[in-house]
Amino acid sequence: MKVKEMVKNLDMEALTDAGMENEVTGVYACDLLSRVMSGCQEGDAWITVQTHLNVIAVAELDDAACIIVPEGIAAPADTLEKAEETGIAVVSSQLGTYELCWRLHELLS
Amino acid sequence: MKLDFVIDGNNFDMAGEASSSVKRSLAKLGVSPPVVKRAAIAMYEAEINAFIHGGGGEAHVEIESDRVEMVIRDFGKGIADLSLAMQEGWSTASEQVRKMGFGAGMGLPNIKKNTDELDITTAPGEGTEVKMVIYIK
Repeated sequence: MKVKEMVKNLDMEALTDAGMENEVTGVYACDLLSRVMSGCQEGDAWITVQTHLNVIAVAELDDAACIIVPEGIAAPADTLEKAEETGIAVVSSQLGTYELCWRLHELLS
Repeated sequence: MKLDFVIDGNNFDMAGEASSSVKRSLAKLGVSPPVVKRAAIAMYEAEINAFIHGGGGEAHVEIESDRVEMVIRDFGKGIADLSLAMQEGWSTASEQVRKMGFGAGMGLPNIKKNTDELDITTAPGEGTEVKMVIYIK
């Protein structure tokens, strides 16, 4: 499933134009960046409440399909700018992490 | 291939840039994805450590056909007890940095796990040098 299809299906908001064609093959949810570095796999949609600049570097290093910011949390402009530059998709959802995981699991299986 | 980077301790924007650059270079050279991932993890952890704990520093990376060597040096306060720092969960990171998702105490253990050779030179007040080698099979 492409990021743009996920956005449409789950009524999310795309915060970037970049990365919408990326293929989502899994889900990873965590806010501790060291753990994300080793645990997040290529193609994962990464759910995190962290929205500072460095999450873009982590997503890029992990080849994550996109970053999902849950609970309607706002992402700062500099993070989104960097995401566009790097080609990382950032999307926002009003849902909490648990519900996102559950719905994404249904969508992906 | 030789790559040199400055890790600017005042520029949070750039933290992780050196790691991204090394990752892209390795991928371009056709190194296998699991090896690229190990190098990216080790380099990122060392780069972030230099940024957070060392106030910045520099990185030198040499990519050869059979190995990648990454040396990260900072000019910070050094590590007082290295064996403690190698333990998972142990961290001296500030509360502010922890709120940002850093300081989980996984940096050095992550580096150890993902490298084939690791050599850390450090002393209080003298900064830290982390030399990491990963074999490319």
